[in-house]
Amino acid sequence: MTPLDGPRLARAAGRFLHLTRAVEEAGLRLYLQGRLPGSFYDGRGQEATSVGAALAMAPADVATPLIRDMGVHLVRGVTAAEMLRHYLGKAGGPMEGRDGNIHLGAFDRGTIPMISHIPEMLPVGMGVALGRRRQGQPSAALGFCGDGASAGGVFHETLNLAALWNAPLVVVLERNRWAYMTPERDYLPVDRLADRAATYGIAAATVDGNDVFAVHETVALALERARAGGGPTLVEAFTYRMHGHGAHDPQRGVPEDELERWRERDPLVAWRRRTEAEHGWSDADQEELEEGIRAEVAAAVADATSAPYPPADELGASVFA
Amino acid sequence: MTGQVTYVEAIRQALRQALADDPRVLVLGEDVGRGGGAFRATEGLQDEFGPERVVDTPISESAFTGVAVGYALAGLRPVVEFQFADFLTSGMNAIVNTAAKMHFRHRTPVPLVIRAPAAGGFAGGPFHSQSPEAWFLRTPGLKVACPATTEDAGALLAAAIADPNPVLFFEQKSLYTRIRGEFVYDPAAPLAGAVVRRSGRDVTVVSYGAALHLAAEACGRLESDGVDAELIDLRVLCPLDWETVARSVAKTSRCIVVQEDYAEYGVAAEITSRVASECFSDLDAPVGRVGARFWPIPFSPPLEEQTLPSVDRVREAILALAAF
Repeated sequence: MTPLDGPRLARAAGRFLHLTRAVEEAGLRLYLQGRLPGSFYDGRGQEATSVGAALAMAPADVATPLIRDMGVHLVRGVTAAEMLRHYLGKAGGPMEGRDGNIHLGAFDRGTIPMISHIPEMLPVGMGVALGRRRQGQPSAALGFCGDGASAGGVFHETLNLAALWNAPLVVVLERNRWAYMTPERDYLPVDRLADRAATYGIAAATVDGNDVFAVHETVALALERARAGGGPTLVEAFTYRMHGHGAHDPQRGVPEDELERWRERDPLVAWRRRTEAEHGWSDADQEELEEGIRAEVAAAVADATSAPYPPADELGASVFA
Repeated sequence: MTGQVTYVEAIRQALRQALADDPRVLVLGEDVGRGGGAFRATEGLQDEFGPERVVDTPISESAFTGVAVGYALAGLRPVVEFQFADFLTSGMNAIVNTAAKMHFRHRTPVPLVIRAPAAGGFAGGPFHSQSPEAWFLRTPGLKVACPATTEDAGALLAAAIADPNPVLFFEQKSLYTRIRGEFVYDPAAPLAGAVVRRSGRDVTVVSYGAALHLAAEACGRLESDGVDAELIDLRVLCPLDWETVARSVAKTSRCIVVQEDYAEYGVAAEITSRVASECFSDLDAPVGRVGARFWPIPFSPPLEEQTLPSVDRVREAILALAAF
């Protein structure tokens, strides 16, 4: 595949960074208005990690995005309207109301819906990529994992197996500093999780997770290497979870000065600065982008709120294939 | 018993046939390749089909079951061996959450077979003797098979591999080399259907797996007591062939379930409940059940013997039911 070059990458990254934020803000509003069932989980502050990584995927690659990774779904072609229909439990979303919030995927567009148990999807994505490779189709899996979930047993089992089988797996470890309400000092005994890669005998990289260009470059190299038979890579993306675990979580214990420091590193602002400097992005360009996305998301909200609920009479028949 | 092959040989031949017929099939698990499997079910297959299709894994049930789900999503037909059914707990999420719910949630099929040597009777202790079929039966999206005969070991495995859904395939360790029969292989046959193994008028005995042989022996002995028992082999526990059970109960008016798993909460609980409610007007006696006693399966042979159902316990229970 042809990698996205400078201006095209910048444009695509800008669109999906802003679209992700706008869809998440719309979802949050619907939740606060009492129109969105369950809770609402967003990935504010982490958009560059999911968007940058997903833009590095080839068509036959597969991703297993998690709770902070709406950008992956949008990059892979889930529309804002489909996304909001999904969140509202309406017909016409990728899960047809069978599952909600960020539990979604569109296998035909390269994503597998997550289960709540993390990081259980890491080996599943790896299996899809290995399965495609077995059938002669070069493919790599892009697996996401939070720093909190890296403490689970499946993380170890998967990296060990990936190393043993030289599997085409790239794990993007989202170092967002919080596991629900627990700060990283209470679950991480090491400074850099990427250091653990050496003990599995696999490649490692660290990257500024708020820099969409850096994430894209790092993940693109790792995916390319994986597809070419070079084996797995553990990419640690340093970022920060700017909102609570879900909209119901008031972020008690998150220091305001820490939030302020990370606000200054907002991935959308970082993208704009660099795009202005390198590609002559103007205020008018920015206005046009934001206006377009405002209209797109407003239309998606109108579509989703007026969409029907899925029929219940098909539930029993869809248990088995 | 006579016949060409043992139960475990039928499993092996079915795997060989599936590997030979369908390039999408692959076998993976601990020791299945070089070692030929803890119960020799995969012996020789790696030599024949190579390490890419008969794949040894580390002791990483969560990872390799998850990988197998991915293989299935990618269009392959993975057959995973768990070394003991007891170890299924180590791969539980991939089975009951990822695989079982995928079609319901996303209308994407997961054609995955999990072979799990189950049941006891050989001093295996609490972690090598369990019959965990009920753990999976109450998870929508999983099919569950439990062959009692050599013919079904091959036939149901062929059907399981051909089925587009995740299938738990509970092999019975105590039958592996104890029984012989014919090798039957028909991937076009559905993974469904109970059969009447013995026709009778007085009592319907519903059973499956290794316990079917206890029940058959008990039914044979009951002839001299003047009891003519009908014996049903469920073969496939989900989907359940309820019609065959109901038809028999309509004829005999009496029903008892015999299984090696605990009598409580599992297959026996389900069948007795349905018979009690749906066949109420047919019944002349309370519905009975015999299974393992409700404690972990102990190691010491006389203790295990007191725990698992025996021919005598089954015979006495049927006799009491017939006399009711």
